[in-house]
Amino acid sequence: MAPFYKFGYFSEQTGFLIALILGIGFGFWLERAGFGNSRKLALQFYFKDITVLKVMFTAIVVAMLGLMYLSLFGWLDISKVYINPTYIGAQAVGGLLLGFGFIIGGYCPGTAVVGGVTGRIDGYIFILGALFGMFVFGEMFPAIEDLFLSGNMGDVRLMDYFNWSSGVTALVVVLLAIGMFIGGEWLERKYGGQEA
Amino acid sequence: MEEKKYMSPYVAGIGLGITLLLAFVFMGRGLGASGAMMRFEVWFLNLFASDHVASNPYFSKYANNPLNNWLVYEIIGVMIGGFISGALAGRLKFKIGKGPNISNKGRLILAFTGGTLMGFAARLSRGCTSGLALTGGATLALGGWVFMFSVFAGGYALAYFLRKQWI
Repeated sequence: MAPFYKFGYFSEQTGFLIALILGIGFGFWLERAGFGNSRKLALQFYFKDITVLKVMFTAIVVAMLGLMYLSLFGWLDISKVYINPTYIGAQAVGGLLLGFGFIIGGYCPGTAVVGGVTGRIDGYIFILGALFGMFVFGEMFPAIEDLFLSGNMGDVRLMDYFNWSSGVTALVVVLLAIGMFIGGEWLERKYGGQEA
Repeated sequence: MEEKKYMSPYVAGIGLGITLLLAFVFMGRGLGASGAMMRFEVWFLNLFASDHVASNPYFSKYANNPLNNWLVYEIIGVMIGGFISGALAGRLKFKIGKGPNISNKGRLILAFTGGTLMGFAARLSRGCTSGLALTGGATLALGGWVFMFSVFAGGYALAYFLRKQWI
């Protein structure tokens, strides 16, 4: 029964080896999609290249449906899968700031690493900036602890919040993704055509 | 070697989604990136300011053996996987990504500035695009979805002012 690690099928050390292998897959697909290229990522915000949105929503739909079917078949215990805790105030404000950082800096942490290993100087500089930003956060922590803890709602999921069934929630996400793919393709035809 | 074109975003998205699903199936957790950076940072600070790390209420959470962590191994994998893909596609080249209307120096200053905001924001949100938007998106965590729409809103809100950097 999955998740295998949570049911004690292997040790923490083996888990680290699996982390390395999964990381290789993660980095490989990010680079394949063009996410080592900051300009390609940033053109998302000018409607010229909607790759970020397409990759992200495709991946979310695949993993979400996989999780849902595996737990329907009784092969995976979803209650043992980590659900990111919701701190809605911190995450709404943090998301906005992170979006500002994305369009100013051109990367996010994972893509900057992929950019860096393929030779992108701006990737390395971005990572130095991110490390500095984390240092500033730690130094400022007592002053921003209230914001960091704001809107604590626990491990709440969309179906709990909206009081929908899992199936309806998944359907809404799939329809949202399809809508974004169609809208994205349309925007790329209208505003795109520029080589990233 | 000539640079190959990027893969179809839908195919790469399926590959990424399967990788993420395997992380849930094997480990019961998703992927991440900024958490590993935080651990490298605390490891580094510990080398010459361990008292300071121990007395700081945020850094001290990570102070115990910071590199002995799942995300640290995962991010080393990301480096290897990104390098392999770049090598196979002939994309390993030292360069600076930017639009034609900004100097290298200007671009690098903005890369550092944006990185700083990003590092700060990722700690505030308890995750970045990978650990919160992608992973939380797939597990349907409310915070992951709020965060994801907030990121897109922030990016689009400032895009106009940064157009010289990119287009």
